[in-house]
Amino acid sequence: MDNKLTMVEAVNLALDHAMDNDPDVVLLGEDIGVNGGVFRATQGLRDKYGLKRVMDTPLAETLIAGISVGMAAQGMKPVAEIQFMGFIFPAMEQLICHAARMRNRTRGRLACPLVLRAPFGGGIHAPEHHSESTEALFAHIPGLRVVIPSSPVRAYGLLRAAINEPDPVIFLEPKRIYRASKQIIDVASDPLPLDTCFTLKVGQDVTLVSWGASVRETMEAADILEGHGIFAEVIDVATIKPLDMETILTSVRKTGRCVIVHEACRSFGVGAEIAAGLMERAFDDLKAPVERVTGFDTTMPYYRMEDHYLPQADDIVRASIKSLARH
Amino acid sequence: MDLTANPSLAMEQFLDAEGEVIKRLPAWVSNQDTLIDYYRSMVIARQADQKAVALQRTGKMGTYPSCLGQEAISTVCAALLEKEDVLIPYYRDLPGLMRRGIALSDVMLYWGGDERGSASPAWGQDLPNCVPIATQAGHAAGIATAIKIRHEAGDPLQVALCALGDGATSKGDFGEALNLAGAWQLPVVYIINNNQWAISVPRKIQSGAPTLAQKGLAAGLPSYQVDGNDVIALHEVVSAAIDRARQGKGATVIEAVSYRLCDHTTADDASRYRASEELKEAWQQEPIKRLRNFLHHRGLWDEHKEQALKDEADRIIEQAVATYLNTPLPAIEDLFDYHYANMPAQLEQQKNEALAREQMRQENMKSAGGHLNG
Repeated sequence: MDNKLTMVEAVNLALDHAMDNDPDVVLLGEDIGVNGGVFRATQGLRDKYGLKRVMDTPLAETLIAGISVGMAAQGMKPVAEIQFMGFIFPAMEQLICHAARMRNRTRGRLACPLVLRAPFGGGIHAPEHHSESTEALFAHIPGLRVVIPSSPVRAYGLLRAAINEPDPVIFLEPKRIYRASKQIIDVASDPLPLDTCFTLKVGQDVTLVSWGASVRETMEAADILEGHGIFAEVIDVATIKPLDMETILTSVRKTGRCVIVHEACRSFGVGAEIAAGLMERAFDDLKAPVERVTGFDTTMPYYRMEDHYLPQADDIVRASIKSLARH
Repeated sequence: MDLTANPSLAMEQFLDAEGEVIKRLPAWVSNQDTLIDYYRSMVIARQADQKAVALQRTGKMGTYPSCLGQEAISTVCAALLEKEDVLIPYYRDLPGLMRRGIALSDVMLYWGGDERGSASPAWGQDLPNCVPIATQAGHAAGIATAIKIRHEAGDPLQVALCALGDGATSKGDFGEALNLAGAWQLPVVYIINNNQWAISVPRKIQSGAPTLAQKGLAAGLPSYQVDGNDVIALHEVVSAAIDRARQGKGATVIEAVSYRLCDHTTADDASRYRASEELKEAWQQEPIKRLRNFLHHRGLWDEHKEQALKDEADRIIEQAVATYLNTPLPAIEDLFDYHYANMPAQLEQQKNEALAREQMRQENMKSAGGHLNG
């Protein structure tokens, strides 16, 4: 069997293995059963695990989150799919007012070990409301974890970890790279840590920090820079919350320069949190102001203009050169 | 086809406002213990509820939503559940929580601003109070789903019972949950405490539907309206619904018609929006007097028993209040320790900051005290 998988196939494999390991893991969402999900993330799982464990819900996102809270309070491990992140908002009250708080408000008597998966981000020429990146909304909420893979291997390892986690995890899948590359998945590997950044490329001149689909453009930019003799260190944040500042700090203390890249709007975003952390703890090591290469503070444009919104490799190269110009 | 035809919903009722029997009583009523048991719970709960209001008024407890007038609904529902069933309460369920074995001092602790009020093992799998309206309808459907997934064929099902107010039936959460309960035949009972008021908005302008119960009909659920001040009618309808769920026959919606004899909460003043005549009339319908009259008529209750019960309630409440008021503040660590099973490093760091700040303040207080004394 060819075990080189795309990211969406890796998601499917992680769900399969988690269900195989633990009968309390159940899947629910819209069109996830016989249809296998609109991106096919749950393909084949209903046939394998049956109707009781792979549940097509009515078209009701508030309900999907609400029943996930109820099942999780009973000690089950619901893994719910919201079809697109643009439709996650009816679920917000359940996530913020209940899922995130259940452990705290019962002092640990009940907990909420749910995973809510949602494809997110732009770049696939989708209709309105299908391309936003609103990870910061969730990262702001005490009690939640927010995880974003950027490769098939990390999708597999992080989703396994998310399902094992005893608290709610928002697992955002960058759909632009669902099928962008294939990797061999080592199914015997341990789940990946949910509090650690991944250093994808080692360098000493500038630190590039990104997550999700933008990791691709960030790596591309690092290659371009390398062609000019500039060696960038590239960090995939992967777990937005809790944020592993230590890995970022260690890198920036070495390079003295940092460029943060994200698809989401700039203001009040995760990039701002990272920049603040650098100011607090690496102020004396910084040789240049922290740069942010991000989406604009505009509504996500319809797809004809989305490439003018999404950060591109040349934007990242320019920001890096700007940073390097400071002494 | 005209689908607006009047659904055949007739309110179930056995006792009139004076406790007179208006319909042939079910056989179980001949066992006086059940009714006396209900009566005792309702009287104790009302005294406890009024004590809670008094604690708020004297600055010893936070804002509190009284259940005055609705004691019958909560009492009967909780009494008919088995221990392993799951109660998903709303915030006027003090009588039901007490029936489930949750300490009155814990209920007071919750309204007194302390998370530990929902922590005791006595809660079992029951959910804590739900403040955001109707969100618990989804939790109940989820709990019932979990029960159904784990159920072994042939065994009786556990049952989830979810309480809501009339206001909650205006929310989408309620409709989505009922819809699922019907589609998936879930072992859940939804009980609407129709107390006629959603804070200041009266029942008749909350919905154009003649009854709230009929909102269940669109979801394909058996739906009943019951006199929520009549424990006999409540017992009949709620026990049938629980039995249905337990036998795997699916969900039921019950609208229990009652009245909020109090303000919305201690922070509200209902006289701003509610006519005193209406309140006066509602007091004639209230459940405790009705049951007391019935028991009196049958020679099952008298003034002596009434006084003894009130004294007993006083003792229970006095002890609970003492426990509540003597509960020391939680540790600073508690602010942090229950957010995640595996505490993130950042939170650990903030916890250490809070602990250091606390220590500094205590040392400052000591040295300031020393200085003043010196």
